[in-house]
Amino acid sequence: MSYPDTFRYTKEHEWVRVEGTQGTIGITDHAQQELGDIVFVDLPKVGAKIIKGQSFGSVESVKAVSDIYSPVSGEVSAINELLTKSPERLNEDPHGEAWLIQVKLSDPAEINGLMSAADYENYLGAA
Amino acid sequence: MLAAIGARSEEDLISYLPADVRFDRRLNIENGRSEYEIVDYFKQRAAQNANGYACFLGAGVYYHYRPVVVDAVVSRGEFLTSYTPYQAEISQGTLTSIFEFQTMVCQLTGMEVANASMYDGSSAVPEAAMMAVRITRRDKVLIARTVHPEYREVLRTYTTHQGIPVDELAYAKNGRLDLDNLRRQLDDNVAAVIIQTPNFFGLLEQVPEISNIAKSRGALLIVVFTEAVALGLIEPPREADIVAGELQSFAISPSYGGPYAGIIATHEKYIRQIPGRLVGETTDLNGRRAFCLTLATREQHIRREKATSNICTNQALLALMATVFMSLYGKQGLLELAEQNLAKAHYLANKLPLVFEGPFFNEFVVRTNGKSPEEINSGLLKQKIIGGLALDRFYPELKRSMLLCATEMNKREDMDTVAAAFPKQ
Repeated sequence: MSYPDTFRYTKEHEWVRVEGTQGTIGITDHAQQELGDIVFVDLPKVGAKIIKGQSFGSVESVKAVSDIYSPVSGEVSAINELLTKSPERLNEDPHGEAWLIQVKLSDPAEINGLMSAADYENYLGAA
Repeated sequence: MLAAIGARSEEDLISYLPADVRFDRRLNIENGRSEYEIVDYFKQRAAQNANGYACFLGAGVYYHYRPVVVDAVVSRGEFLTSYTPYQAEISQGTLTSIFEFQTMVCQLTGMEVANASMYDGSSAVPEAAMMAVRITRRDKVLIARTVHPEYREVLRTYTTHQGIPVDELAYAKNGRLDLDNLRRQLDDNVAAVIIQTPNFFGLLEQVPEISNIAKSRGALLIVVFTEAVALGLIEPPREADIVAGELQSFAISPSYGGPYAGIIATHEKYIRQIPGRLVGETTDLNGRRAFCLTLATREQHIRREKATSNICTNQALLALMATVFMSLYGKQGLLELAEQNLAKAHYLANKLPLVFEGPFFNEFVVRTNGKSPEEINSGLLKQKIIGGLALDRFYPELKRSMLLCATEMNKREDMDTVAAAFPKQ
């Protein structure tokens, strides 16, 4: 699976797609592969404040539970209800249908510190 | 033999024990007795134990009949010697019994899912509170003072280091939760309101009303029970978000305070927040009915430092006792058992001055008037009757008040003796 150029990436394997002041956050294909079969996704409530670099939820697979760290700061405007019923979609389409949350960004400039798709692929290669 | 191991005397073998834990005189048994004579001697001493006493003490642990079938089933080696299965699906028999336990707990409580059991009622309460904190993402808990005092203490033990503030809710003059006060104490930080019904005073709480008040501020309602027999008769607490309780009444002997079996039951939407394990029904490769561990306790092998609960097992053997009890009585049998408890308690209560008015099941609070509860109890003990609980131990404001319990085990003549032990009004 390729890493879209329109996303920005973190070292903790999250991605964010920004349109204006709206950000959509997910975990990367690499993250879902490392986790294995995902059985539960714990997401914040709409309206919750999230802070760049801090955990806003967790993903539980049959072998581990991992925190999800936010690539940006802001207020949660939507959560992906699909994942409540079908967490396995996160294994199948992590960059598309299985996004995690949408956020109203408090500082859109924050994404400048994140990796591009090419940087992220280099980072994975080096890791 | 001593020389072979380098010891000079028998004393050498135990000389490392500190003096203050040593028994410092000889056993009071004559020398030169045979094994048979010594066993017989101890049998005679055992016969001097408190057998044949009538019991009117409840307060969280209840005196009920234990059908003989219970021990016949639970003493089978397949159950008695097997540990909670880690390779669960191999143990279809154990999984079947747990599945039946969960099903009956759901029927009893009006909930949709129940886990495979908790250690006991007291530890089920903080687990339910922590569930509510995770679900609501709020951190404060309100608990009624009419919840068992020891359950409240266990809750505080758990919550102190979890950063969960716990406030207590007063009871009204009638011994039930003060609803106006509840409305005042509720705010938008409250994750859960915890009540017990029948409450510690034996009174039924107004579950639907309390549920409405809690919901109006977005808090969950946790309903606790200590006397499971009551659920044979009263409405299941369907308005609850989580039910946490104790099944000691279902064929688990008092045993000086434990072990018992607790339950936690809730709605399906909260299934991921349930602590412990949960058994589900499925089909095997050949399409036959089978049972599986739908939710394993993930605290040890997956969640580890992210564990949300303190329970990694279940109380399998004691839960099985309760399962056998529930299968044996059935819905109708449990109803009749509950009716007997109700009738006997009300027979006794009618002869005594009650502190609280209001509907009660098999426990009630009596004013001891001129005498102290201790005086009454020591008088009863001489007549081979164990009296009730002096309430000022837990409720300093309730001086000269005794919590009495009557069950199907109590005979009319004993109840009359108890009634006569209280000063005339």
